[in-house]
Amino acid sequence: MTEHFADVYPGLTPRLVIGESGARSLSLREEIAAGTYAPVVTGALIDQLEQAGLRGRGGSGFPAHRKWRAVRDGAAPRVVVANGEEGEPSSFKDRWLLTNRPHAVIDGLLLAAAAVGADRAVIYLSHPETVSSVRQALVELPSIPGRVEVELHVVQHRYVAGEESAVCRSINGGPALPLAKPPRPFECGVDGHPTLVSNVETLAQAAWIARNGADAYRALGTSASPGTMLVTLGGACRRPGVYEVPYGLTLGQLIEDCAGGLSNGIGGVLAGGWFMGVADASLLEATWCYDAMRAAGSGVGCGAVTVLGHDERLEEVVARLARWYVEESAQQCGVCVKGTVAIADTLELFSRGSAEPDALANLARWGTTLQGRGACAFLDGAANLAGTFSKIITSDRTMQPVAVE
Amino acid sequence: MKVFLDPIKCSGYGACADICPSLFAIDEFGFAQLLSDGVVAASDEDSARNAAVSCAENAIKIEG
Repeated sequence: MTEHFADVYPGLTPRLVIGESGARSLSLREEIAAGTYAPVVTGALIDQLEQAGLRGRGGSGFPAHRKWRAVRDGAAPRVVVANGEEGEPSSFKDRWLLTNRPHAVIDGLLLAAAAVGADRAVIYLSHPETVSSVRQALVELPSIPGRVEVELHVVQHRYVAGEESAVCRSINGGPALPLAKPPRPFECGVDGHPTLVSNVETLAQAAWIARNGADAYRALGTSASPGTMLVTLGGACRRPGVYEVPYGLTLGQLIEDCAGGLSNGIGGVLAGGWFMGVADASLLEATWCYDAMRAAGSGVGCGAVTVLGHDERLEEVVARLARWYVEESAQQCGVCVKGTVAIADTLELFSRGSAEPDALANLARWGTTLQGRGACAFLDGAANLAGTFSKIITSDRTMQPVAVE
Repeated sequence: MKVFLDPIKCSGYGACADICPSLFAIDEFGFAQLLSDGVVAASDEDSARNAAVSCAENAIKIEG
């Protein structure tokens, strides 16, 4: 994976991967020429986001306007946070955006602050290259009348550090670990104030909508999943990278047309990051949109897709991922500590061919009973892994990986 | 009335499941889980309050 490589779906007029940004960082002069920081009326921006149908790009796909409106309707003072702590190991799109177009994110953050009436704005980061690019962008930030000051908050990278309550906890001086809900940050976040924690791509997309309108945004994608999305295509494909794609094509089309197709056949797919578990090759036929990916038993998530080669043993892959969940657990919730270990131990035995007879039944059960149990959604990811693997291992197609022709 | 269970605080003492089994259970790993979305039926309100005050970790919060 080349971290800073990005491209556009063939023939698509890009919105985020513009100019030469796919290969290098855009200068402030280039950003301003592209419209970034141009004055815009933000009074109706939240309504525009609703009309556009913008959904959060951090993984949840939550409607952006509902989150923004909830913060705006809270009591002042309010806070906005650009969340660039890309915890998902298979995703690079936020790092690409922050490294190559930091001004697009800052622009979106300033517009969000104006739209919700915030008087404090924070950019939350961990990866050193993004800290460097954003710091430079803040130094050269042009003078904009009435804009809030933008602070930088740097945190040690770990998966759960990007969870929104962990974001607020860290900015408040605590550890970057999730809190139990309620309250959620929109009610009580940074310094106890209503806080909008938004993924950096969501902010950049919102800025695009502010300047081009909801109708223009809907010109691409589907009616239920409008617009474009930054996806990270990786694993066994010929040209791994970050791509700006419209919703509504099949996953197979995205891999073929953007990433040059499969490089080593296909033994499975991890879509929506690692969070949505594993799928078999049939997922390539599913349409890349929120409803169809969910119906196929997977999800769009943060847009990261990892193709497993035909010779990768699925049992070994899932055992490795399950052990990662054990290591990345915040160790705060007892059910997460015990649940991730139970899943990992079972999948490890499965990988060695020495699983107990009830192993598949246990995995299937945990895939359901461990959903929604922790203070954050981390355990849901491990549960998804257990549940999807148990389904896939019993299906006819699973153990018949397809070799590349 | 609605109950919320804090999974960080829960240590699995199990008083909640003993006092209010219609709302709480102890799972196979030994920790409390809510059996519903937390909305409490009128007939369970007293036992839900008892479960909350009996929790040694103050892991149960009641709203409404």
